[in-house]
Order: sequence, then C-alpha cells, then structure tokens
Amino acid sequence: MAHFSLLALAKNALSGHRDWGPTWRNAAPRKAYDIIIIGGGGHGLATAYYLAKVHGITNVAVVEKGWIGGGNAGRNTTIIRSNYGLEGNTSFYEWSMKLWEGLEQDLNYNTMVSQRGVLNLYHSDAQRDAFARRGNAMRLSGVDAELLDVAGVRELAPFLNFDHARFPVMGGLLQARGGTARHDAVVWGYARGASDRGVDVIQNCEVTGMLRGPDGSISGVETTRGTIQAKKVGMSVAGSSSRVAEMAGLQLPIESHVLQAFVTEALKPLIPGVITFGAGHFYISQSDKGGLVFGGDIDGYNSYASRGNLPVVEDVCEGGMAIMPLIGRVRLLRSWGGICDMTMDGSPIIDRTPISGFYLNAGWCYGGFKATPAAGWCFAHLLATDRPHETAKAYRLDRFATGHLIDEKGQGAQPNLH
Amino acid sequence: MRIPCPYCGERDVQEFVYRGDASPVRPLGEDGFYEYVYLRRNSAGVMREHWYHAQGCRNWIEVQRNTQTHEILGSVFARRVAL
Repeated sequence: MAHFSLLALAKNALSGHRDWGPTWRNAAPRKAYDIIIIGGGGHGLATAYYLAKVHGITNVAVVEKGWIGGGNAGRNTTIIRSNYGLEGNTSFYEWSMKLWEGLEQDLNYNTMVSQRGVLNLYHSDAQRDAFARRGNAMRLSGVDAELLDVAGVRELAPFLNFDHARFPVMGGLLQARGGTARHDAVVWGYARGASDRGVDVIQNCEVTGMLRGPDGSISGVETTRGTIQAKKVGMSVAGSSSRVAEMAGLQLPIESHVLQAFVTEALKPLIPGVITFGAGHFYISQSDKGGLVFGGDIDGYNSYASRGNLPVVEDVCEGGMAIMPLIGRVRLLRSWGGICDMTMDGSPIIDRTPISGFYLNAGWCYGGFKATPAAGWCFAHLLATDRPHETAKAYRLDRFATGHLIDEKGQGAQPNLH
Repeated sequence: MRIPCPYCGERDVQEFVYRGDASPVRPLGEDGFYEYVYLRRNSAGVMREHWYHAQGCRNWIEVQRNTQTHEILGSVFARRVAL
C-alpha cells in the first residue's frame, strides 16, 4: 500500500497525484482468526497494529459496523495530554504521550502531532493549590508540568478576560508537551500499519451476537456478513460497550452519555495552544485549518442519540464568553455529539472479563482520543499475553467491587458528574 | 428536551436534576449492593429514569424517555419502591 517519502511524492507529482492507490486493504471476512477486535476506531486499529508489530500476531480481524473512524475517533476535539495526578493514570497517559511523540516516524504517516501546550487556568487559591499538587505528582512521575502565575499566562494568552469580576485568572498549570493531533490521520495511519502486516480491516460488518464454545467461552462473533470464529474476542466500541457486552451476557459499570463539541469559521492564528477555563465548562484550541474547536461538559443524561440539547450549547458559549470575550463575534460553523462510555469513577477499563475468551477495552469517558496509542498498546499486550500491561494494571473491571477506584474528580458513582 | 412534570406541567430540562435509571432497587442488606451502586443496564431505547424538579415543585419524578431519540413518553411522581 502507499507509503510516503520525498521520492514517492516527486514520482506521484509527475502523474498529477492520480496513482497513489488505496491506503489500506478493504478486506472481506474469513471464516476464522486468532483474534477478533470489535470496533474499527482509533483504539481498535491501534490494538491490531501493536498486536502485529509488537507481538507478531497477524491473524487478526478488526470488524467495524460502519466505516473506520466514523464513531468517536471522528468526533473528538483532538487534544493530547498526560496531565493526570492519580497513581494508575499518570504513568499510563505519559506512556501514551511518549507514543504520540514517535507516532509519525513509527507509522510513516503524518498524524500532525503538534505539541503546542495545554494550559489549565485557575481562578482561586484553592484551585491553585490543587493544580500545584497535580503538577507535583506529574513531575514526580517524570511528566512535564509548569505552574504559571498570572504574568506567565498573560504572556501566552494576552486576550483572556484576566479581570473577570467573579473568576479572575490567577494563573495556570501548563503541560508544554500536550497539544493536538489529526484524529482521522491517526485512524488511517494505524489502519494502514495493521493492514500492511496482514490484519484484515473489515468495514460495514456489524456484530449481532457472540458464539459460545462448549465450555461457555466466547469462540467468535455473529455479524451481518456471516459467522467468524476466533480464539479471542476483544471489544473496543466506546459508546456502545454496554450493548456489545450484553451480547456476551455481561453488565458493565458504564452509562452512555452524549458530549457535544463545536467548531467556528476559520480565523487567522489566534489561540496558541489548548486552553481550559477552570471555573466553567469550556475548553478551546484552534485547528490547523483555523477553526476554533471547543467543547464543554456532557449533557448529563443517558443518551445514545449522538446529538445534545440547547442548554449545554448555551452553557458552553457562556463559559467561552466569560473567559474569552473576543470569540463573541465569531460564527459557529458546526456542532455535533458523540456517545461516551461514562464509568462510575471516570477512569477506563482494560481487562479480561469473567467470560473466557472475551476482553474489554471500554469506559474512556470523554478522554479516549489522547489514550489511543497506549490503549492500543496495552490492550494488544493483554490480548497477546493474557496479562495486563504494567502501565494499565490499575484499569481493572473488578475495581468497583474491591474499592480500588481511580476517581480523578472525586465524584463517586455518579457518571454524569465526572 | 422539555419534561412534563406531573405537578407543574411541561417545563424546560434545565429546571431538572438527573439521577438516572429508576429500575435498580436499593437492597436491604449487603448482598447486591455492588450491583445496585455500580452496574447499569444502560438501555438503548425506552428507559424509566428519576429526575428531580429542583427549580420547580421539588418533586422527584419518574420519566419514561427513549435514550436513542430523546422522545419523552410520560412521567409520574416517583414512589418509594424499597421498604
């Protein structure tokens, strides 16, 4: 399949770029595989890629009900960061950041990783203390973090509403290595890397049921394109995790909620990195095309509808106007919704299940995109070796029963508040 | 979304606080407590759910809503189900 280099670019320029050919093989399902991964999003394709590349397991199928990258991989706001403070999270997300930093060379694909910085603003003494604590936790784990005072923030983003009467900007926690990446290119790069190594990427193939072996273990899947046998089945279907797990008779500590995001008309370069408002539900960055990409909190009620309601649109725009009044005259181009797997502690699950042969990568809440490389890496490790990867060993399914929760926000078992 | 409150009539969703699926019932003893607190059916389709009319009559109500379309099929006052 097409690979990119200066030579290839020059050669294809001579023929007017008409002969590049497809990027990956659009495979038809075979009868049996060693491993089936349900879900052709970033996570599923990254899992297949690392299974093939790191573990040498290439008899693998990724089955996707629509087209690859058509779910949450295409609906997120493309932010990458590893500014987590709790043990179990910090090292995992940092491993993801390290993989992002080498991803383009590894995949030979321009995923447009841009480390333009992620700045979390604080607006009170208490919030500053909490951010200092999180920044210190990050630095102890070898992650970069810098606590800025108001002068430091002013230098980076002079256009903010520093003297807001209720929520003045007092400073911010900066992770300079954070930033953005091109979400579609991540999907396509992993798809090509997996496909080139022999993985079948099968689109328009919806899983409708599970096959059971004589001992009750999962031995394959029923799909809209026929029955496919497999020794192991892993699912990576954020938003629909409960529905797919139900086919295997498994109930999960997950609720599906809708998260909305927005993009404006394109502007000249304005916003240097990613900026989050610490006193409301608002975060923003600027895409390379120039559109301001922003979002806020989930709508707060269970939903599979892939669209939200107006109160949250209003709430997000109010947050934006509070911290960044200059966006008031920019026109909104589009808004959309994605379905998030909200877990009971706001942290994900990468684990075996009580059902033999059935593996789970789920519960990414509204933060799955940044985790794509490490989630794929760790899920591949789990599928290949039946043991959790060192950096993902806290993401157990049974932690809700044993009490080992990873609750960054400290909200408890209220998924709509995480 | 506009939610029909059995006391106040149809009101904007912003007046309400969402609690979630109304079907799990709090167990009397320790048995079943993990399932009650953490596990969810997470239905795709019609679901009975608890909403609190915080900026209205302050009643807890039980709303039937389709989670795939956001269509609201009706509501009643929430009743004490557990003993």
